[in-house]
Amino acid sequence: MSAADGSMLSEATRQAILAEVPKYPEPRAALLMALHHVQAELGHVPIPVQCEVAALLGLRPIEVREVVTFYPMYHEHSVGRRNIQVCVNIACALAGARDVVRALEERLGIASGGCTPDGTFSLEEVQCLGSCGTAVCVQVNNEPFVENVRADGIDALLRAID
Amino acid sequence: MTERYLLPPDGVDRRTLEAYRRAGGYAAAERAVHEMTADAVIEEVKTSGLRGRGGAGFSTGQKWSFMPKPGGSKPSYIACNADESEPGTFKDRQILERNPHLLLEGLIIAGHAIAARAAYVYIRGEYVTAYRVLAAALAEARAAGLLGAGHMQSGRDFDVHLMRGAGAYICGEETGMIESAEGKKGQPRKRPPFPAVYGLWGCPTTVNNVETISHVPAIIGRGAAWFKTIGTPTSTGNTLYGVSGHVNRPGVYELPLGTPLRAIIYEHAGGVRGGRALKAIIPGGVSMPVLAADQVDVAMDHDSLKRAGTLLGTGGIVVMDETACMVRAALVIARFFRHETCGQCTQCREGTAWLYRLLQHIEAGEGSDGDLATIESVGGYMEGQTICALSDAAAWAATGFLRRFRAEFEAHVHERRCPLPGSFVP
Repeated sequence: MSAADGSMLSEATRQAILAEVPKYPEPRAALLMALHHVQAELGHVPIPVQCEVAALLGLRPIEVREVVTFYPMYHEHSVGRRNIQVCVNIACALAGARDVVRALEERLGIASGGCTPDGTFSLEEVQCLGSCGTAVCVQVNNEPFVENVRADGIDALLRAID
Repeated sequence: MTERYLLPPDGVDRRTLEAYRRAGGYAAAERAVHEMTADAVIEEVKTSGLRGRGGAGFSTGQKWSFMPKPGGSKPSYIACNADESEPGTFKDRQILERNPHLLLEGLIIAGHAIAARAAYVYIRGEYVTAYRVLAAALAEARAAGLLGAGHMQSGRDFDVHLMRGAGAYICGEETGMIESAEGKKGQPRKRPPFPAVYGLWGCPTTVNNVETISHVPAIIGRGAAWFKTIGTPTSTGNTLYGVSGHVNRPGVYELPLGTPLRAIIYEHAGGVRGGRALKAIIPGGVSMPVLAADQVDVAMDHDSLKRAGTLLGTGGIVVMDETACMVRAALVIARFFRHETCGQCTQCREGTAWLYRLLQHIEAGEGSDGDLATIESVGGYMEGQTICALSDAAAWAATGFLRRFRAEFEAHVHERRCPLPGSFVP
């Protein structure tokens, strides 16, 4: 689809969403996967796109929005092009996650939860990512984990992920 | 030396169908599908004593026997729980990323046992590598006729589908996961009806954890009698212990159930970092009450841990050394539960927020003896009152730290500061 018909999603994303539907007895079950496809393309799921997804799956827009707002991985509002998520749960906390967050705040000039003015980096604290043996664990967007991160290694981290 | 059957030897890549077959893979599935009745498979798994590895430790064979016999009006499903989100737990990821065909083989056998039409594997959204590895294995298995219409010349249709979660811990709760898999908020359902009666799309469903299913090929391939020689009489088989925190060699170790905690920490995980003294151990993910250092000789099985006042949970072991402040540890965990409560039960929604605020207060040196009593009373209101166990877990974690390390909590209150200035920061 193009901007001409008002769609914010590419044809490829629309097709990827529709390809999920036959896996389940009910189209609604494809919703979480559909939202992952949307976020992979747009970085977030704004309300007009929620309505588009609702139409594709035959749902009411509120059925999409309640899911978008329930799950921490979906963003209704835009985040940085590189959304840096630092786990601050127990194993990462023991390994110095707070120092990592503080170092990133200082280096990026933003508070945790914020975004650089140019829209490049945003910084989030997240709960356990399931990588406790390689704490501190960082995930950028929905990419494979960056493991064993330390506060003195964040310059290398930022270079690697930019 | 433990013989591993869940994880491949270090340095061995067993992710492809060819490599998995070379190691004897799919022979157990062939045997189950072609030589065993569904009831015989269930009986073998029951006899093996296999208990769920997702946290609750329920008998897997018994769970399967609750499913209706074939020929009912509705299809049956397997919902495989790969939403590993319990802090301190990172073991299922090892299977998903390193031995994906083992899970698929286990699902084929389970599918035969309960006459399932399909299995849905619900993988937490953050596990992108695990998802990709399992998706590749799934494509290979389908191409080889192991899955899909008339799979393995069985005359039956059985397929596996992957679905991804999106960061909500509560979707690891079995009925929260079912709601989420249906495309809704992951708010747990009241039981009864249990999933075996009313699960995915209202159909009979068995919910099994990734590791649980991954034990099944070994049980069918080598027999329940062999399986029972590993572990203890009531906790059979190997398990994957995840060790994290203040140890020299954090990681996942495949060892028999009943292995002493001391051996896991000091022999396998290389001991406490920097030669420091051990202080506290969470034995099975943060939902389980903490142990103090003088309990390190406990055996890591269901019965022994119960006697020690805690539970095996997921086998996710978090080790803390003498520098760690116990109020801060409790605070980090309370912050987690406050974030993850789904909000539908009042006791949990309000209780998790209360526990977090009380612990913040105490950690900041602003607490009172009354606050310690309030933690106990709030915890009491949260236990056994709600639709699911998240509320109980949040209460156990907070009251567990308070009871086991009361003197340290009191020191925060009476000295009006943290007595461990060198501790990690929450």
